[in-house]
Amino acid sequence: MLHVQQLSKTFGKIQVLSQLNIYVERGQAVAIIGPNGSGKTTLIKSILGMVVPEEGTILFDGKPVGLDAQYRRFIGYMPQIGRYPDNMQVGQLFDMMRDLRQAAPEGLDEELIHAYRLPDIYHKTMRTLSGGTRQKVSAALAFLFDAPVMILDEPTAGLDPLSAEILKEKVGREKQQNKLFLITSHIMSDLEELATDVLYLVEGKVVFLKSMQALRTETGEERLGKAIAKIMEQQRH
Amino acid sequence: MKVATVFKLGQSATLRAETKRPPMPMLKVAKYAVYDILQNRFVLAYMLFLLVVSMSFFNLENDPVKGMMSLLNIILIVLPLVSIVFATIHLYNSYEFMELMLAQPLRRSDIFMGQYLGMAASLCIAFGVGVGVPVLIYDGSGSGAILVLCGLLLTLSFVSMAFLATVLSRDKARGIGIALLLWFFCTILYDGLVLMSMFAFSDYPLEKAVIGLAFLNPVDLARIAMLLQLDAAALMGYTGALFQHFFGSVTGGGISLLAMMAWIVLPLWWAARIFQKKDI
Repeated sequence: MLHVQQLSKTFGKIQVLSQLNIYVERGQAVAIIGPNGSGKTTLIKSILGMVVPEEGTILFDGKPVGLDAQYRRFIGYMPQIGRYPDNMQVGQLFDMMRDLRQAAPEGLDEELIHAYRLPDIYHKTMRTLSGGTRQKVSAALAFLFDAPVMILDEPTAGLDPLSAEILKEKVGREKQQNKLFLITSHIMSDLEELATDVLYLVEGKVVFLKSMQALRTETGEERLGKAIAKIMEQQRH
Repeated sequence: MKVATVFKLGQSATLRAETKRPPMPMLKVAKYAVYDILQNRFVLAYMLFLLVVSMSFFNLENDPVKGMMSLLNIILIVLPLVSIVFATIHLYNSYEFMELMLAQPLRRSDIFMGQYLGMAASLCIAFGVGVGVPVLIYDGSGSGAILVLCGLLLTLSFVSMAFLATVLSRDKARGIGIALLLWFFCTILYDGLVLMSMFAFSDYPLEKAVIGLAFLNPVDLARIAMLLQLDAAALMGYTGALFQHFFGSVTGGGISLLAMMAWIVLPLWWAARIFQKKDI
């Protein structure tokens, strides 16, 4: 489904991604973890075509991205910091996205819009929203088009506990629909609940891409945080 | 592994079957860009300013030709400044919008050109209403039409330059600096340099070279086209006569129109090329 081959990217003199290879399929929920600046967001932005890599290819469903934008029809993206036109009202934003995506009304998934009671704030402009409310808008937008590939960049950061729980439950349900999830987060307990696989990046390189199961048996640790700490420990020796 | 691949191909077939390109995505982006620009009252203020200035010029002078001469100065100085600075600032402020667009099934070229169309249409409409309508009412001659055409072409070319300035630098302050420099160069500095070189080489026949130099600046092209229309070329002596001879002819007029087009297309093309590879 998603095949990243030899992906390299530098920003100025800093090597953000170097010779990255990953292959993931539908049905997987991949937690992308790694220290700050390890290239998680750059990897995501490369997959979305926002960042243009110097080397390597990204095959989405067998087709290289960058030639055509149509593959993005199959991606729902929730950015780390949702940035929207300041003067636009929430309702207008949703209308615009529907219009741009040419989505048929019956194919829309409005569950999160209602769960977060967004219609109540449709008349407010994006400028006036708090960070957390923006995150709710981002989440609702990402899930709106029922896309088979979902990319969530720090989805629960900035959400209140109740809203975060609603989002996690949503991800849990959608996972059953044979979708591919890529989720970055620093909150290990969230990932533990959601992820089936773990991709660990350090300095733009893949340290490992393993299933949760394999990780647990290899390290003998139940908790994700501890398991990763153990692997890092082993590698140092 | 093999089995998985076959399964994957089966899935791809269903995914592709749904693929259809939305009709004219560029126009859609342009539509939302215009909405966004109209939210900001600046374009409306610009239109009213032009309207008030044109009306007062035509009312102050009994002769519409004199009114147009005064209006010409506004068009050659204020219009490029407003177009380039407003377009640059607005495009920087639209980065969020473009980021949002880029996560959608829209091509970069459609996003970029849609933004351009939106900005160009907004400023051209403002100019059309602010200057075009008064000129039509008070003058209504062919020279009036040329004046409006020059204004529209200048607007387009300075919006192109603004888009170039924006993609050349990620830093907003620097981008606006580049935009102001371009404006300063085209409207003020360039003429000074031409005059200086004419003075320095005054022993040589430079008239033809000066015609060539005019092509390197869209503001000069517009100025010459207008001065010829208003019969002010007679005041410029031999060079004026030569201008009249060259730019007044059909070929000369055609070539200067093409040159103006180049001033619209080339900066925009260059900017689009940079944008194609830009990290957002």
